[in-house]
Amino acid sequence: MGVTTVVLAGVGGQGTILAGDVLAKVAVAEGHEVKLSEVHGMAQRGGSVDTVVRFGEEVFSPVVDRGMADHLIAFEIIEGARTLPYLRPGGRLVVNRRMVAPLPVLIGDLPAPEDLEQALVAGGAVLLDAEALACEAGSPRSANVVLLGAASYGLPFAEATWTSVIEERVPPKTVEANLRAFALGRHACAEGVCEL
Amino acid sequence: MSRTLLSGNEAVARGAWEAGVAVGVGYPGTPSTEVLESLVRFDGVRCEWAPNEKVAAEVAGGVSLGGRRTLVTMKHVGLNVAADALYTQAYTGVTGGLVYLVADDPGMHSSQNEQDTRNHAAAAHVPLLEPSDSQEALEYVISAFRISEAYDVPVIVRMTTRISHAKTLVEVGERSEAVGGSYASQPPKFVMMPGNARLRRIDLESRMTALEAYAETASENRVEMRDASLGIVTSGVAYQYVREALPDASVLKIGLVNPLSDRLLFDFRSRVERIAVVEELDPYLTLRLKALGVDLVDTGLPTMGELSPMAIAVAFGGKIPETREPIPDLPPRPPLLCPGCPHRGIFRGLAKMRAIVIGDIGCYTLAALPPLKAMDSCVCMGASIGMARGMELAGSADRPVVAVIGDSTFAHSGITGLLHMAYTGSSATVVVLDNRTTAMTGHQGNPVSGVSLGGAPAQAVDLEALCSALGAASVRVVDPHDLDATLAVLKHEVAEDHLSVIIAKAPCALIVKEHKDPYAVDEESCTKCGACVRLGCPAISYDVNGRAVIDTTLCVGCAQCVQVCRFDAIVQVGPSCDIGGV
Ligand code: SF4
Ligand code: SF4
Repeated sequence: MGVTTVVLAGVGGQGTILAGDVLAKVAVAEGHEVKLSEVHGMAQRGGSVDTVVRFGEEVFSPVVDRGMADHLIAFEIIEGARTLPYLRPGGRLVVNRRMVAPLPVLIGDLPAPEDLEQALVAGGAVLLDAEALACEAGSPRSANVVLLGAASYGLPFAEATWTSVIEERVPPKTVEANLRAFALGRHACAEGVCEL
Repeated sequence: MSRTLLSGNEAVARGAWEAGVAVGVGYPGTPSTEVLESLVRFDGVRCEWAPNEKVAAEVAGGVSLGGRRTLVTMKHVGLNVAADALYTQAYTGVTGGLVYLVADDPGMHSSQNEQDTRNHAAAAHVPLLEPSDSQEALEYVISAFRISEAYDVPVIVRMTTRISHAKTLVEVGERSEAVGGSYASQPPKFVMMPGNARLRRIDLESRMTALEAYAETASENRVEMRDASLGIVTSGVAYQYVREALPDASVLKIGLVNPLSDRLLFDFRSRVERIAVVEELDPYLTLRLKALGVDLVDTGLPTMGELSPMAIAVAFGGKIPETREPIPDLPPRPPLLCPGCPHRGIFRGLAKMRAIVIGDIGCYTLAALPPLKAMDSCVCMGASIGMARGMELAGSADRPVVAVIGDSTFAHSGITGLLHMAYTGSSATVVVLDNRTTAMTGHQGNPVSGVSLGGAPAQAVDLEALCSALGAASVRVVDPHDLDATLAVLKHEVAEDHLSVIIAKAPCALIVKEHKDPYAVDEESCTKCGACVRLGCPAISYDVNGRAVIDTTLCVGCAQCVQVCRFDAIVQVGPSCDIGGV
């Protein structure tokens, strides 16, 4: 089996690091060689952050170039659009509809990009509203786990492995909300309700 | 044996613990910070943040002198500060093993430059090991302690961002018996006055010569013979990229980067038809091979920034695969000050005064970006104060000059600058941003906040008394969230003809446990003037009608925006689950 590459793209503070960690641990639990790469420091102050998880029999590079990712999970729509060239043609694309306006847009220096949803759907995206599902799950902060649930539908791991790693990895008080968030994300994709 | 997923930094900590390290000491700096934060969680190791890397290196030198193993950690630029200690520790050598963990940041993800630590090792005449994943990070740290004691020399383990912050599977071991030497007085070895130093200089040379012989067969250097038509000499993360990009190439993987063994290089040369070097940053291995007269394939790879598997594949004739078209016209997303960041209050005042702001290293460097655009320079830790004095001497400024420095940076290298100002009769204005933490590297304690590395309370310096004692004529404390009061104090102190320090004291928004209720904009009262938006708080933006709108999930209730709104349009509301914004 070759190497599978998943890129998680988002904005500093959105929980991509925890999500990447869960995914990497799931891959380890299922017997894969795994490498995960993330960026700390200044970029985390609201900048673009990408986490890369690669798994398979033998993994060398912890990072990838454009056109090399098999899955792209975007926690935010502009970051999904920005990272799209990393996804290989035919790769799987899951995008959170939420837009977090970057500073130049907030202060009115640049317009908010339009028609991103269409462009991403044309690129094969499955869109969902992770924040709404997270609120439904009982914790607005579990949007990252909703997205993991959505991503999990296309990844070759057992649902039980996911739930046991999530139980281990999230704060004890939030386990139930996070498991509900995961299930909502996964089923949203399974039932195709998150298409445009 | 079970394998665990560890970051390179966690693996370094594990390796140090397994090697029986007694003390870990350092100064936080991305990408090195998590080493001590993980080491402190092990039993039997004392870990401390020092105010700067030089102090850390000296503490480590003392632990070594006392016969115990010690790890000292820093980022690449920190080694410039610690270099004074290192270069002479190379002469004295060690008693207990002394290992420097230095993390470089190619591509400058979180740094002001991308200097290559391998040059420091060569210049200081100390060995340098460079791992290419977490497993090697663990193993090389153990080797480093062994080499340090066997060859009587401090050893650098060099990491880069992609090794420090990549998690890979590691087989962990157990802690060896703590190697506990005892202290024996040896002045000729440890008192570096010229007569002794000259002898130790000669001794250092013979220690490095012995290490060069070791390098020839060292297990850290590895030849992987595959197709002999192309041989690649490489090290660190570049090794992983080479394996990804050129799976058939033969490889000489250098783990012990300094000293290099000429024999090893010649031997590999003789076994392959063509030879090339693939390395990140400076042409360190390249120049060595060229100096030996080896004819290298010219790869054309850059000597700055990060490499990647694709760049290497292309350099060796590979084709760029078909990729998707980028979506055009996406707005960039620079990092920014958090909602409710206290720094915003100070920089808003400085911008209003049109001050020339001589800045420093920390989250507050982000105030240089729009909309605040309130910083004119940022060079190195502590530079704000010395440079502001220099601007005063240059005498060319037609606007007020203000030095701005964070609490941790002030403790690191600002105190001596302020002492210089007082000593030389400066009448400058220095702002110390005291947000009770070292925020940018992930909220470490420091001597100003009075929090120790493990999180326990520690002695906190009295900043006001310290600045007065150094000779500041006026020391004022302001709450930067109180915009009018802050601006008034800034204006007053800048106008005074004496040395003033303004301490802007308010905790970093990310360490405040209980936030106040968020604010919202009353649509009817908002006149679309944009005053609040120009603060640059990420919770505030324009709605489709051009009115201000606050994302109540992001707002932490600092009330700065309330003070800039002249129409009382910003009002406090309860917490909620809806998302505002565009
Ligand atoms: S982490 Fe703290 S100091 Fe840094 S930008 Fe955020 S609030 Fe400001
Ligand atoms: S009160 Fe205003 S400035 Fe402070 S965090 Fe909320 S929106 Fe931002």
